[in-house]
Amino acid sequence: MKSTTLIAIAASATLALAGCGSSGGSGSGATGGFKAPNIPMAKSLGEGEGAVNVLAWPGYAEDGTNDKTIDWVSPFEKETGCQVNVKYFGTSDEAVQLMQTGQYDVVSASGDASLRLIAGGDVAPVNTDLTPNYADVWDFLKDRPWNSVNGQMYGVPHGYGANLLMYRTDKVTPAPDSWSAVFDDASKYAGKVTSYDSPIYIADAALYLMKTKPDLGIKDPYALDEKQLQAAVDLLKEQRKSVGEYWSDYLKQIQAFTTGDSVIGTSWQVIVNTAQGEKVPVDAVLPKEGATGWSDTWMVAAKAKNPNCAYKWLDYIISPKANDAVAEYFGEAPSNAKACDIATEGFCESYHAGDAAYAEQIHYWTTPIKQCLDGRTDVQCTDYARWTQAWTEVKG
Amino acid sequence: MASAPGYQRRLLSLLAPPMLWLGVAYLGALAALFITSFWTVNAYGTGEVVQVWNLDNYRQLFRIDVYRTITVRTLLTAVGVTVIDAMLALPIALFMAKMASPRLRKMLVVAVLTPLWASYLVKAYAWRGLLSDSGPIAWLMRPFGLDTPGYGLTATVITLAYLWLPYMILPMYAGLERLPDSLLDASADLGARPWLTLRRVVIPVLWPAAVAGSIFTFSLSLGDYIAVKIVGGANQMLGNVVYDNSGTAGNLPFAAAVATIPVVIMVVYLALVRRTGALENL
Repeated sequence: MKSTTLIAIAASATLALAGCGSSGGSGSGATGGFKAPNIPMAKSLGEGEGAVNVLAWPGYAEDGTNDKTIDWVSPFEKETGCQVNVKYFGTSDEAVQLMQTGQYDVVSASGDASLRLIAGGDVAPVNTDLTPNYADVWDFLKDRPWNSVNGQMYGVPHGYGANLLMYRTDKVTPAPDSWSAVFDDASKYAGKVTSYDSPIYIADAALYLMKTKPDLGIKDPYALDEKQLQAAVDLLKEQRKSVGEYWSDYLKQIQAFTTGDSVIGTSWQVIVNTAQGEKVPVDAVLPKEGATGWSDTWMVAAKAKNPNCAYKWLDYIISPKANDAVAEYFGEAPSNAKACDIATEGFCESYHAGDAAYAEQIHYWTTPIKQCLDGRTDVQCTDYARWTQAWTEVKG
Repeated sequence: MASAPGYQRRLLSLLAPPMLWLGVAYLGALAALFITSFWTVNAYGTGEVVQVWNLDNYRQLFRIDVYRTITVRTLLTAVGVTVIDAMLALPIALFMAKMASPRLRKMLVVAVLTPLWASYLVKAYAWRGLLSDSGPIAWLMRPFGLDTPGYGLTATVITLAYLWLPYMILPMYAGLERLPDSLLDASADLGARPWLTLRRVVIPVLWPAAVAGSIFTFSLSLGDYIAVKIVGGANQMLGNVVYDNSGTAGNLPFAAAVATIPVVIMVVYLALVRRTGALENL
């Protein structure tokens, strides 16, 4: 992320220019019902263009540079002749921002990014007839609010999983089993607690309050009215006193746990795996309160320069073999039912892959909007702009 | 002059590209920034800018305490970095300009410039390693019952002071080089001790140069948001608020409003600086 943007002055200059450029006012009915802009869908596929620009979560497009044995990009390149150019992003917000530049053909979008991308006209509807592997995707992942509009799919489901509580096994005893370790009891590890640096992390606090303070009446951590948001913000401000640093760069997170500058905090399975691979004494749990999580969708850019290679990538990445490889490496449940046939013994069971009931219990990242997502109509909920502002206040 | 029109045309064609660059890319961008800050975004968080003139962004900046806190923090950091750099640069510049042999002087100039060849990120991450809980600073300090400052504001000030030090040394060195040795001799002949000479002769001559250097250290620190991300722990600066609002929130108008704060601070600072004559020393 940082290597491309170096000088703040340059950033503010481009910022201003970007502000000038994006002035076309094609309002897409923001309030009221959600209406997607009219973007044409691919009808048929042609020859590959020889390249595809992939915007992905870290660990979703491994080509063997991090670990020689972890490589599902090279077989794709050999098979299709599409050279894969990968750019990783650290937060959904970054993904949205990067997609808006129009430089990428496909993106692995979580639920808190996908709708923003659809609404912004940055991604096109996906013709799932052109991705044969879509047929094997579990039904409970199809036509969901975060990957479709009015029954039209905007991508192919990739996988889903939960945000975990990671800790240094040598510094944190006893092993935690509750998010209280980073909220009510965070002061025990003052200065060594780490949290995810994105407004969406407010949902983690809301989820904890949902279980520990039922009188607040939180039903969905992404549907918070002003009072509930304030409670979550207060909890996060209290946590702030013990936070050593907020992370969004997963490599920095691994380094902080390696050096012991962070000893406990929210994390992803892929970070746990990488750190353990480097012999760092860390482990992770899915706390008893449950967790926030993600359900990701591979989407195609509205103005993709390489649409054919983009579709080939979509079909390939959810093919049983690749889907299994990504899921096992990243640490999430695959989306393709056949991936479990070839997965390592016990893998799919441990992630409850295909278990629709379990999948319902993870609170998937969703963009909070003014209409309460939990169905309440007597009150207005706080939207993502408000969350962003609240997040700035939390950090202080 | 008979050739005046031709001369003017040539001068114009020579100056036009850089002036266009300055006018459009720099001043134009600033103007666009300022204008954007009076607009707003649509409600769905897609970052689509709506061109409705309003003062909401500035109202929020003034009303919500956190932005004042961040502004003050950023300002104090920039002042801290500038003061530290000035104190470090003075003896180095003095030695380079007045005591070192010409040969050594050249080598020192190269030595001061060398860090500028390395990437900003490499240096910032090097400080992240140095200041880490298991880094060399902690290892050196612990026998004395001290500890690394860890990641935070102190670490940010240290890192930025390190990064911008050459920008303070060079103008100071240039300023001191212009100070005739005879003035120092005269001061000594009149019975002034070195300390008095420094205070009454060197510093007054050096002052405009130091202010010139401070423009660099101060403005670079004011806009920095990467060092604080790397070594600043949980702290945020104005630059981070700009970054978060342009990236995270997709709220360019508000980001533009925040970005106006350092611009205003710099304008005020430059207006004050102009009186010292430092602008002639850049």
